[in-house]
Amino acid sequence: MTKPWDATSEHLLRELAPQVLGAVSRRFRDFSSAEDAVQEAMIAAFTQWSEEGIPDNPRGWLIQVASRRLTDQVRGEIARRERETAVARETDIIVPTVEIESDMDPDDTLILLFMCCHPALTSSSAIALTLRAVGGLTTAEIANAFLVPEPTMAQRISRAKQNIKASGMPFRLPSPQEHSERLPAVLHVLYLIFNEGYASSIGAHLQRLDLAREAIRLTRGAKGLLPEDAEVTGLLALMLLTDARRAARTGPDEELIPLDKQDRTLWDQAEISEGIELLTATLSKGSVGLYQLQAAIAAVHDEAARAEDTDWPQILALYELLKRVAPSPMVTLNHAIAAAMVHGPSNGLELLRTLDNASRLADHYRLDAVRAHLLEMVGDYESAIKHYQIAAGRTMSIPEQNYLMIQAARLAERTPS
Amino acid sequence: MKYIIMMNTMRAGHGVPEWAQKDLQAHIAFMISLNKELQQSGEFVSAEGLSFPDQAKLVRAGKDGLPVTDGIFPESKEFLAGYWIVDVDSPERAYAIAAKVSAAPGPGGKPLNMPIEVRPIMSGPPPEML
Repeated sequence: MTKPWDATSEHLLRELAPQVLGAVSRRFRDFSSAEDAVQEAMIAAFTQWSEEGIPDNPRGWLIQVASRRLTDQVRGEIARRERETAVARETDIIVPTVEIESDMDPDDTLILLFMCCHPALTSSSAIALTLRAVGGLTTAEIANAFLVPEPTMAQRISRAKQNIKASGMPFRLPSPQEHSERLPAVLHVLYLIFNEGYASSIGAHLQRLDLAREAIRLTRGAKGLLPEDAEVTGLLALMLLTDARRAARTGPDEELIPLDKQDRTLWDQAEISEGIELLTATLSKGSVGLYQLQAAIAAVHDEAARAEDTDWPQILALYELLKRVAPSPMVTLNHAIAAAMVHGPSNGLELLRTLDNASRLADHYRLDAVRAHLLEMVGDYESAIKHYQIAAGRTMSIPEQNYLMIQAARLAERTPS
Repeated sequence: MKYIIMMNTMRAGHGVPEWAQKDLQAHIAFMISLNKELQQSGEFVSAEGLSFPDQAKLVRAGKDGLPVTDGIFPESKEFLAGYWIVDVDSPERAYAIAAKVSAAPGPGGKPLNMPIEVRPIMSGPPPEML
């Protein structure tokens, strides 16, 4: 009995990937090889199922195929060793037996998530490994999403696994203490995947895999595994509340449209309501973290039907809270914008001055972009033009650069020269 | 056959062009539609835009092998601004694309007629002669 392959099948395959990998890793006690074997099984499934239909027990099928690959590999390894030592013995090689119908351990996916976001990894390799091992994506898809050649991505993933192996981390759930120490790194990786997708969802790369959607899917999964953790839910809410504006943030020529100029009827109301619902549920639990606060700020923006209806005093209060919970120059920068909207642009400009000596941000284009915007608000066009131009020269995003150059040009036309 | 089509910035040390808003917008729209066109014709391989030259550094290995960085030199005449790699049927087609880039609209909507460098990209070994 098989089920025909349809539009949802690829999703099913990806959802199964971490469960299969968890089961195979536990049986063979070798995460790195298991991960390669599961990737091969996934590719085999994709080819075979799309032609012949999905087997009755797709998970069992995948576990069996991956295990067979690993078994073959173990046999080959032993045979090679025997040839080398010239010991020709007839031995039955013992390989772990695989019970196809065995129960799945939902903790497996969680173990994998913590493993892939291991502190020994750089963020780029943690991202790649998470997408493959937990997200069930192929190396080719991940390479395509980051616009790098496939062998480069394969190498990045294989080095990440070597680092994990070298760290000697066992395949088990982190202790409660490790859990709370390492969860922020896990959430950060998911957040980076989302941002990569959101930032690159513009322009010439329409054929790219949608990383923002993948991040939402992975975070949804993480929320299912850690339903009591307010920050996991907060992160999911933040992603939904941000992603909701996607259709409105670029124009027909791929130009960037800032929040206050967006056509808000294009915002995805279903994502907004889900985000707000999730966020409300976490806030009733008492603790308030970095992602919940950012989600709350996004929610206030999303709730305004028109830009002029935005509840800036509430946003300002939330940034003040965020400054206490997770202070950073970037938070101060955003706080200055909110302060300008509530108390006037001079107040915002004054707050920006405190950042001029913050080394991490002093040369960052965002500081010049915000300063230009506030200078325009106070009517100092000449300085505003200068800062729009500096910002345009410093940003590493072409759509953003275009946007900033156009702001400078627009103001120059208003200034009698 | 693959070609690289290279566009230079007009002057070194020069950052954001001070053009009228509509001229800037026309220039940006031109570049975006050119990329779309090359993708649709199946000739697009890759394209990248580079940051302005004031972000560039010259790097040499010092005695200890560590990088020694230097600012860029204002006397340098030209800097690469960006490039396209295209896979086309003939050199003429690559030149035609380059001419199009060259005539990108500038101030007042007039074609810039920038000099564009076109060079073939070396390929792998040729097929066996049988």
